[in-house]
Amino acid sequence: MGVFKTFVLGGIHPEENKLSSNAPIEIVPVPGQAIIPLGQNLGAPAKPVVKKGDKVKTGQLIAEAGGFISANIHSPVSGTVLKIDNVVDMTGFRRPGLVIKTDGDEWDENIDRSDELVTEINYTSQEIIEKIKQAGLVGMGGATFPTYVKLMPPPGKKAEYVIINGVECEPYLTGDHRLMLEKGPEIVVGAKILMKALKVDKAIIGIESNKQDAINLMTELTNKEEDITVIPLTVKYPQGGEKQLIKATVNREVPSGKLPIEVGCVVQNVGTAFAVYEAVQKNKPLFERVVTVTGKSVKKPSNFLARIGTPISKLVEIAEGMPEDTGKVIGGGPMMGKALPSLEVPVVKGSSGVLLMRDKESHRKPESACIRCSKCTIVCPMGLEPFLLARVSKLGRYDLAGNEKIMDCIECGSCQYTCPANIPLLDYLRLGKNKVGNIMRNRKK
Amino acid sequence: MDNIIIIAIIALGGLGLISAVILYFIASKFKVFEDPKIDEVEEALPSANCGACSFPGCRSFAEATVKSAKENKNIEGLFCPVGGNDVMQKVGELLGLDVEVQDPMIAVIKCNGTFNNSPAKIKYEGASSCAFAHALFTGEGGCQYGCLGHGDCVDACDFDAIHMSPETGLPVVNDKCTACGACVEACPRDIIELRKKGPKYRRIFVSCVNKEKGGPAKKNCSVACIGCGKCEKVCNFDAITITSFLAYIDFKKCTLCRKCVEVCPTDAIWEVNFKPRKPKPLTPEGSVARKPAPVRKNDDLLVTATEEKPEIISKTEDNPNA
Repeated sequence: MGVFKTFVLGGIHPEENKLSSNAPIEIVPVPGQAIIPLGQNLGAPAKPVVKKGDKVKTGQLIAEAGGFISANIHSPVSGTVLKIDNVVDMTGFRRPGLVIKTDGDEWDENIDRSDELVTEINYTSQEIIEKIKQAGLVGMGGATFPTYVKLMPPPGKKAEYVIINGVECEPYLTGDHRLMLEKGPEIVVGAKILMKALKVDKAIIGIESNKQDAINLMTELTNKEEDITVIPLTVKYPQGGEKQLIKATVNREVPSGKLPIEVGCVVQNVGTAFAVYEAVQKNKPLFERVVTVTGKSVKKPSNFLARIGTPISKLVEIAEGMPEDTGKVIGGGPMMGKALPSLEVPVVKGSSGVLLMRDKESHRKPESACIRCSKCTIVCPMGLEPFLLARVSKLGRYDLAGNEKIMDCIECGSCQYTCPANIPLLDYLRLGKNKVGNIMRNRKK
Repeated sequence: MDNIIIIAIIALGGLGLISAVILYFIASKFKVFEDPKIDEVEEALPSANCGACSFPGCRSFAEATVKSAKENKNIEGLFCPVGGNDVMQKVGELLGLDVEVQDPMIAVIKCNGTFNNSPAKIKYEGASSCAFAHALFTGEGGCQYGCLGHGDCVDACDFDAIHMSPETGLPVVNDKCTACGACVEACPRDIIELRKKGPKYRRIFVSCVNKEKGGPAKKNCSVACIGCGKCEKVCNFDAITITSFLAYIDFKKCTLCRKCVEVCPTDAIWEVNFKPRKPKPLTPEGSVARKPAPVRKNDDLLVTATEEKPEIISKTEDNPNA
């Protein structure tokens, strides 16, 4: 074993704390009622196609895409539509959504529920993209960008590589790791489907070296496939970011403000690859996903296969309850996740984990003045100057922030993690990014 | 030695003189005519350069006013909210035009989610900025429409007219407000509205922007507008409209009769700078005598007349506890 590949600029090494990496994926019972927010993907929210009182089956279309960058939503349970109203979503805001009361678990007839592995891909590229679009697939890594949009390169651009992201660089989260161990063959077929959809002949699976068992298994599975390579990577956060992963695996750099397709790469999460397999080979739309429930005081850190719309409280209950010293509950990983306002929020397409932080580790330390140590600049994986961007955003100089490429920030939080003065750099960066984004959009109009 | 000094003086002095003559001719040849009235109008303006008139500064407002007066013979649509009617009258005199008198306005905070009315459920530790907090979460009280209390409006104010009250956690507007609208723009939740100052500074408004139904609205805040429609029914002047469970009082139509304040079940309608009401005679049988409306002065901290709870008053003597 030599030195593994990794990206060059910046990066940090937070404590890994992969507490649940040995816990097999557990199937969560169907919830009594499912709360389904309509805005689960990046882009426009979906539009409901069912009415109050309608009977729906598991996997039935209940809301269709509300625009080009949008995704269909399918019923995660079978039962009756209780109401179409404002529901509490992951951020605690009451936004349009559906509530479905569960009655049994009757699946849509088209879904193949057998466990048999289907390796034969009998569809053309167009058919695959259409199927993925119909199944409402979004990026399962957390950004929830509709998958089918990524599979349609703009005219003149040609994809060369499909990169399957099995990095899972966020501390604590283990969902992708478990998925690779348990559904390895399916993920390989999913990768092949993606290759066929994009008409490329090279695929790369990037896995960090702290998941040696997954690397071994995936290498074994892809031994016979000449066109799929497994690349072990050095553990470094934020390697799971698209641009960082491309740099680490194929050593190409995505230009500022451009998408990965610019350098011929399409990155998909292993969770997405598995969902692609299910959508194309089994006709199963995206209505369940793997969620890690973890934390240092959690009695049983686990990985769950939960239906969309299951309240987080139910998952915590199965993980043997909320520890008494819980100070903060985070939706997602500790680096990029957001604190949840209550445990009654539902699992959505982008929920990768639930982290129950202990009270003593959950508080922010008091902010002090910037001492110009330049640590944030050193660790920034995008080569930005977070201290400067935070300063100009705080002062409202969004023109300067735009000039200093604030839009390239991937919001990984490395700067804030490393700041010895505990300045909430990421907060200001997000604010500035939001404002600059709005200004740029308005200018285009 | 003396020679050199004299030569230098003559040479430089001559050069300066020649340059001055050339510059004088060029300046008079390429002179840009500027209406002297622009300077006069600018002089009359408050020189706050706040941008409330929608121009970048007082100078450009003066230019626009003079241009409009010249071309259209009126200055309609141009108004300096900071200077108000007095200043516009002066500007009108300078330009020889009549200026329409406009009602003076003031910024009004349409949220009453104090620490008591909307107790904190969530603890926030992030950057102290409303714009950022708004993008992240609902607010400590749980109301996704209410004031976040980080004071973006205070930072935006050029006139020292708005301050955060430590007792309530809400901003308070004082008399210095010029209705420039900077706070209205700064508020990410559209809580602040410019409303008519009103006669004797009296005004009535709905102090809530919650667009939820009654249940969810009351869950997070005890004084939220629940959209019950009682005020709409009682208003004789069609000044109140209810859209998506939120009442709005049109200040152009409102006659300050205070009927709506009485009927509001959640105290969401505020009357400001009114004299306290006389206690009412006994209400009809079985109905609830409402507690007197809180006396509010100039949007300052609210002073409740009495803290007693509403009591049911019955006229029948044989059933005193009814």
